[in-house]
Amino acid sequence: MRVLLPLEPLDQTTRQTTADGAPAVEVLSAEKVFANGARGLAPIDLSIADGEFLTLIGPSGCGKSTLLKLIANLIEPSDGRLLWWRGDFAQVGQEGRRLAFVFQEPTLMPWARVEANVRLPLEFGNMPRATADPKVAEAIARVGLSKFNRHFPRQLSGGMKMRVSIARALVTDPNLLLMDEPFGALDEFTRNKLDDDLVNLSWERKLTTVFVTHSIYEAVFLSTRIIVMAANPGRIFRTMTIDQPQPRDQGFRDSPKFAVYCRELSTWLAEASLQSAGGGVS
Amino acid sequence: MKPLFESEAFVRIAAPVAVGIVLFAMWEVGFRLASVPVYLFPKPTDIFASLLHNGPSLLRALLVTLRVTLQAFVAAVILGTLIAFMFVQSRAIEVSLFPYAVLLQVTPVVAIAPLIIILVKNTQLSLTICATLVALFPIISNTTLGLRSVDPGLANFFRMNRASRFKTLVKLRVPGALPYFFGGLRISSGLALIGAVVAEFVAGTGGRSSGLAYEILDAGFTLDIPRMFAALFLITLTGVLLFAAMVALSQWVLSDWHDSETRAEA
Repeated sequence: MRVLLPLEPLDQTTRQTTADGAPAVEVLSAEKVFANGARGLAPIDLSIADGEFLTLIGPSGCGKSTLLKLIANLIEPSDGRLLWWRGDFAQVGQEGRRLAFVFQEPTLMPWARVEANVRLPLEFGNMPRATADPKVAEAIARVGLSKFNRHFPRQLSGGMKMRVSIARALVTDPNLLLMDEPFGALDEFTRNKLDDDLVNLSWERKLTTVFVTHSIYEAVFLSTRIIVMAANPGRIFRTMTIDQPQPRDQGFRDSPKFAVYCRELSTWLAEASLQSAGGGVS
Repeated sequence: MKPLFESEAFVRIAAPVAVGIVLFAMWEVGFRLASVPVYLFPKPTDIFASLLHNGPSLLRALLVTLRVTLQAFVAAVILGTLIAFMFVQSRAIEVSLFPYAVLLQVTPVVAIAPLIIILVKNTQLSLTICATLVALFPIISNTTLGLRSVDPGLANFFRMNRASRFKTLVKLRVPGALPYFFGGLRISSGLALIGAVVAEFVAGTGGRSSGLAYEILDAGFTLDIPRMFAALFLITLTGVLLFAAMVALSQWVLSDWHDSETRAEA
């Protein structure tokens, strides 16, 4: 296990980039101060390598969702900037530079059938039905819901709705997948099942994934790198690399190494919470 | 096949009908025993006899009222929806115009009807305008509310995918507003009828109308109380049928997905 030192704000030297290829996302001293004056995020430096599965974890208020929204360009940084594939956000959406976001809630259109929900992002780009339909069918098949493509969301369970939401993200053939606690509301069994699928999926499609969660087990199972964040102000506390072969399966969950990672991460989270409560280093 | 009495649809129709029959029977028997004279308060059989006897003239009056009601209802739906779309385009438009919509709503139609009837030469048109004014507000307020009540998560999704304003309107705002819109339709259909009848009363006192309200006025002048009740019965029946039609329409459109129209599954 390779453990990096805690990242200090504005410390450019600890920025990570993989040796091969350009990073997918670079966060350059980006900070967020909310309208009410609260410091959501202290200046953060972070580089997300192509093909990486990065998980953000930390006590509530640590700014992990804020950081994810910055990466999604859903909000603008108060200072600093972000780069996507070494460029600004305007060129995101081109071939090979697509981004998809999966929210905490499935956020499906209740009046539309599964297939119409999944087709929606393609309709934004005015893709003709003939081109779109095979893609829609493939995305629905990938999440195992082919039998339900004519169902309405209310006829599906929570886990199935989340699968539809993931299919809707996949249909655009994204390169960067951002997920904000997508399985937080699901029971542990369903969550493990979806995690298994997600690990395979991101491996198959060579996705760069940024994932926010509260679950230590989920973070260790999925990630190639985990960023532990602390609050007041939101900042990166420590970084853990999970140096295990991909794609992973139940065998990894049952392995002694898994338990070691989890214990370590749990200790770090406790420390992060303590620092957050005490006002930390700010 | 379930027994008839356990079928929800049957009970929903049969129960109120049974209550109605009991009430009518009590009315008939009670008034017969007390020998209340017909010119004071008629029995159901008297009203029914009058309905048959005055059939053609009542039917003609019903058609007149129905025409005004439907014209006003359609006008209110079109106008109200257009105004609602205008309101959600910009906060400034809504803020500056909404008070006037309220003004329209709170002014009693009886008070402005004489003015409209004097100003507009065509009686039919003046009645339609009065009824439209009454029926308009629920459409405006409900549709505006619906168009604004966008699921924030979905709105985020649309914004993230850089959906155009038009796509957002057609794919997100309009379908989301439908349940509210249909709620507005139910209220508005009844109000269109009320507006039409009230306007007819005002016009009828000037002898310039021939709808059901005029029948009631005319029957009052001649102390033909059963005919008054017969006309009243037709107005009520029209209102109930309009409401039922709106309920059926909203069920037909929303039953697939909206909670208000979906039955709990066993």
